[in-house]
Amino acid sequence: MLPHGTALKCGEAAPPVPHITFDAIHKVYPGGVQALHELSFTIPRGSVFGIIGRSGAGKSTLLRSINMLERPSGGRVLVDGIDVGTLGEEALMQLRRRIGMIFQHFNLLSAKTVRENVGLPLRVSGVGAPETSRRVEELLELVGIADKADVYPSKLSGGQKQRVGIARALVHRPDILLCDEATSALDPETTHAILDLLRDINAKLGLTIVLITHDMAVIRAICDEVLVLDQGGRVEQGPVWKVFGDPQGEATRALLRPLQHGVPDDLGRRLRPEPPARGGHAILALRFTGESHPEGLSLASLMALAPEARLLHGGIDRIQGHAQGDLLVAVPADSIRPVASLTFSPDSMRVLGYVADDV
Amino acid sequence: MSPTMFDRYLRAFGETLTMVSVSVAIAISCGLVLALLLVTTAPGGLYPKPRLNKGLSVVVNVFRAIPFIILLVALLPFTRLLVGTTLGIWAAVVPLSIHLIAFYTRIAQVSLNEVDHGLIEAAQAMGFRRWHIVRHVILPEALPGIVGGMTVCVIAMINASAMAGAVGAGGLGDLAIRYGYERYETRVLFEIILILIILVTTVQFGGEWLSRRVNHRR
Repeated sequence: MLPHGTALKCGEAAPPVPHITFDAIHKVYPGGVQALHELSFTIPRGSVFGIIGRSGAGKSTLLRSINMLERPSGGRVLVDGIDVGTLGEEALMQLRRRIGMIFQHFNLLSAKTVRENVGLPLRVSGVGAPETSRRVEELLELVGIADKADVYPSKLSGGQKQRVGIARALVHRPDILLCDEATSALDPETTHAILDLLRDINAKLGLTIVLITHDMAVIRAICDEVLVLDQGGRVEQGPVWKVFGDPQGEATRALLRPLQHGVPDDLGRRLRPEPPARGGHAILALRFTGESHPEGLSLASLMALAPEARLLHGGIDRIQGHAQGDLLVAVPADSIRPVASLTFSPDSMRVLGYVADDV
Repeated sequence: MSPTMFDRYLRAFGETLTMVSVSVAIAISCGLVLALLLVTTAPGGLYPKPRLNKGLSVVVNVFRAIPFIILLVALLPFTRLLVGTTLGIWAAVVPLSIHLIAFYTRIAQVSLNEVDHGLIEAAQAMGFRRWHIVRHVILPEALPGIVGGMTVCVIAMINASAMAGAVGAGGLGDLAIRYGYERYETRVLFEIILILIILVTTVQFGGEWLSRRVNHRR
């Protein structure tokens, strides 16, 4: 896991400087479909901010309102305090040059080489050929694809195409980078490499990254803060570890499910609500939200549940320096102690059920 | 083959080539401009002008609807006004071009419309001017289709030019009808058909080669 905590630290010290502010933004499509309901929130400068939701949740509309690729029906979006909705064509164009954007399907020009693709935004804004070529070299080096400068995009793999996309998005030295499902078309390994690169860029260049995704693993890998959207409304928002450790909304839990340790099928089938007459084991579900044991939990504390306690299933993830996760533990049914008597306490503990014989 | 007959073939071939190349040049340049206008002024396009778009589309449809041989006759006064005569290859170039402009407009329009909207969106996000989007995104990305359409256009033009014989334009088609059909010289008819087959095949293969050259999508 990558180091986290930059936004957290600044959140604890002084109120973070808002880079992008959404003020009661809403969007209604012709035909009455409401894509966004009166959303207000801020994105701190220099942070990696994730917006997650299922398809149709309105995340794409929200992202595109930052550079006015899609105009909201009401409300304001402020970038550095400037209401982007009021800008004329020329001013909007200048603003867009300060906001890079990358896409799920890369959107590279097939008729141009990598070098031409990256250099084109500079050329059309009137930057001379020598300066353009210098900047292109520099960026291709940064994204690690300098050896492919003269090939056409069709000869590149998905990950390489996205690297070109990132280089192109950075060519105007923007201070915001918008990522529209940037890793959704990539395999897991490539996804990881691209996310590493984005983290790297965030640290090196200090730009604010706003990304939308439907994959919680992406949020966990690089975001400082996350906003969960469902049907155009906010489900919850907060530091990633908090949302992972203690999800409030049903939509969030549904999105988190693939990453979490549920009850294994074979065990689930054998669970009974009542303890057997003699012997048997109780199955406990322990949840750590990252609040009470951020530094992790000692193995001895498990023993405190019962000397014969056994860890069955589960895991602890360290997110932004907070250890959180779910554990399934089996203890002999007759030796369960009340939670209050424990020297450690999970943030929640419940008895899932009992199994008759050995687990 | 007698020397005079050979001269006739050569002359007819030259006339066909002149008619076709001049009309194609006019039709493709005008057609491309019209197609760009249609694509960019469409609702949701770069310069939305729905009424202009509708009007333009109707005009193109009118010319697409009229059969070439009728158009040829209907345009006679206009042709006389433009080139001073209604006879010869230059008189044929006028209706041929107009007929093909409408045809090529629609072909080019399809290619231009097929440019992935994501590319246009990306260019907008990067702060391109609208003209730059046309110049650097839409046109180069549609180029393989535009070139492919030109091939279709040239071949359609070779066909249509045969009918221009009706206004005494000459050319291979004219020769085939006058000697091969009206004088029952079957040999002439077949020889001309053979020449046309070779011509069309050459154009087709040449066009495909060029289209591959400008296509970097694979």
